[in-house]
Amino acid sequence: MKFSLVSTVTVAAALTAQIAQADTLRLLTWGGYAPQEVIDMFEAETGHTVEVTTSNNEEMIAKLRATNGSGFDLAQPSQDRIASAQEEFGIYKPIDMSKVTAELFIPSMLSATAGNTTYEGEVYGLPHVWGTSGLVVNTALAGNVTDYTDLCDASVAGQVSYRLKRPTLIGFAYSMGLDPFAAYGDPDAYQSILNEVEAELTECKPNVRTYWDGGDEIKNLLRSGEVVASMAWDTGGWQLNADNPDITFVAPEAGALGWIDTFVLPARGRADDAAYDWINFVMQPEIAAMITNTAGNFTAAVDGDAGVSADLKARYQGSFDQAAIDNIKWYPPVPAGLEALEGATLDRINAAN
Amino acid sequence: MASDTSRLGFYLLLAPILLWLVILIILPHIGLFIVSISEKIGPREYETGFDNYAAFFGEPLYWRTFARTAIMSILATVLTLILGFPIAYYIAKLTRGRTKTTLFLMCMIPFWVSELVRTFGWMILLRETGVISNALQYLGLVDGPVEMLYNDAAIMMGLVYTSILFMVVPLVTTLDSLDDSLIEAGYDLGGTSTSIMREIVIPHAMPGIVSGCIVVFMLSLGNYLTPILLGGKDSLWFTGMIYTQFITRFNWELGSAFGFLLLALSSLVVFAGLKLSRQSLIETMGRT
Repeated sequence: MKFSLVSTVTVAAALTAQIAQADTLRLLTWGGYAPQEVIDMFEAETGHTVEVTTSNNEEMIAKLRATNGSGFDLAQPSQDRIASAQEEFGIYKPIDMSKVTAELFIPSMLSATAGNTTYEGEVYGLPHVWGTSGLVVNTALAGNVTDYTDLCDASVAGQVSYRLKRPTLIGFAYSMGLDPFAAYGDPDAYQSILNEVEAELTECKPNVRTYWDGGDEIKNLLRSGEVVASMAWDTGGWQLNADNPDITFVAPEAGALGWIDTFVLPARGRADDAAYDWINFVMQPEIAAMITNTAGNFTAAVDGDAGVSADLKARYQGSFDQAAIDNIKWYPPVPAGLEALEGATLDRINAAN
Repeated sequence: MASDTSRLGFYLLLAPILLWLVILIILPHIGLFIVSISEKIGPREYETGFDNYAAFFGEPLYWRTFARTAIMSILATVLTLILGFPIAYYIAKLTRGRTKTTLFLMCMIPFWVSELVRTFGWMILLRETGVISNALQYLGLVDGPVEMLYNDAAIMMGLVYTSILFMVVPLVTTLDSLDDSLIEAGYDLGGTSTSIMREIVIPHAMPGIVSGCIVVFMLSLGNYLTPILLGGKDSLWFTGMIYTQFITRFNWELGSAFGFLLLALSSLVVFAGLKLSRQSLIETMGRT
């Protein structure tokens, strides 16, 4: 009996060892961040295989929480959502900087991300792709929309769309002259900001055609002309600009909201080496440029913008002058518990008539 | 010896359904219940208590959405019955042979594609730049584009469309089993169409009506796609709320409590429905 148990354990151990050696990289990421041609090049160079699952911030955290951090070997949540998720659920493991080629990263972004994703002295995130949320506007039909609160203007009634998520609350707060990021540490002050934003967004509701959920949905609404002004990601605006020169991304007067998507290692990932190989591979300048060309957003790779298509660069420069870049509001790390306050506010806005 | 073998056979046959029930239904619900009675007091700190259930009753938003979901589901069930009964009666009683099979098949064909595709089909038809809006403008019936999506009527239509098959099938089965001579006898005895419908057809079809209603009600109550996609900004639906709690709010505790409340609500409504129609669950399920 004992004998068979030992042999079972040996067989099981041998099997797991074999799986670990096969090095399949299970990547949990956003659409466009792992283009097929990059995967093919990576598989040819390293011999690993890559399985991609596309998702968004909330679903990434929810998926990893459901399994206590297993099922994936590398994930890409935004940098402001890492420290709190680690504090609450413990779903990541620290980055081993000795395995990362640090020279590939733009130093200021690397250190800023490290600072924002530090929990109990350990760094959990490396920067990858960055971009902003702001306004995507059909300038021929709604040229007067230059700030978040302009979406509530009577001239665009019934032709507006935004997400019912936290960036909307924060964008509107800035546009109303409030400073939500400064109030992050003070739940009472933050709640009073949320109350003001709630009143504004409830009043704005008749202006909204529908709340969008996915990137393709908002592009569809703008392309068909059913929506003429929206709060959305910069890359969506630039993609639409290629089809219709009237539609483009506008950096709002109150400031675009800047996000950085990162690399994190799930707590119980099985292929850390493959994950580090992937990180070092995609941060090479020419690969980073390929990702920028498909995802539409720039990366934290040194010289990563050199190989980017001239069209995309022109659109980026059209939306952002130096003042607009300086005015970008970068998300600080979200303290644990803040999302519960925002959630209740969003629920009430959704239910209001 | 013989009885031992037959008993073994009985248990072997029972095993799959028992495994199904225990592993896929009972165990997850126990887990869900444990999550629903833990209150979060800080990061990685939990206490046992019923605060999540209290939160549901304390916040009008939650129970209003709950009531709205239940009422709209009941309405959808009634509408499905009103639409489905004539269809089923026609298929079961007024057609024969090939026509019958063809009609039955035509009811089923839309269900060969997934619910998501069917819902997107409705969105293409109803949106402002969609088929119906363009057709109306082309015919000169309306001046400008009309938006028919993103309201409660769109949700209701989507729900009825999604679930009508589940009403028609049990109704056809029960109506098929009604002997035509009973209806003829009714006419011979001087009954009118209305009285025959009331005294003979509907009482006979009652088990089918009830089981169809139970299935349609459950499907509507638990539907997620249709209300979210067709309802737009006003699409409050309780399943959507559960999804939000689990995924965007990271509040599994409240989400689990909501899940249990939904289970309780659906059981309660089905129980009330059975009592009102004076049917028993065993009879209903046994006869169809």
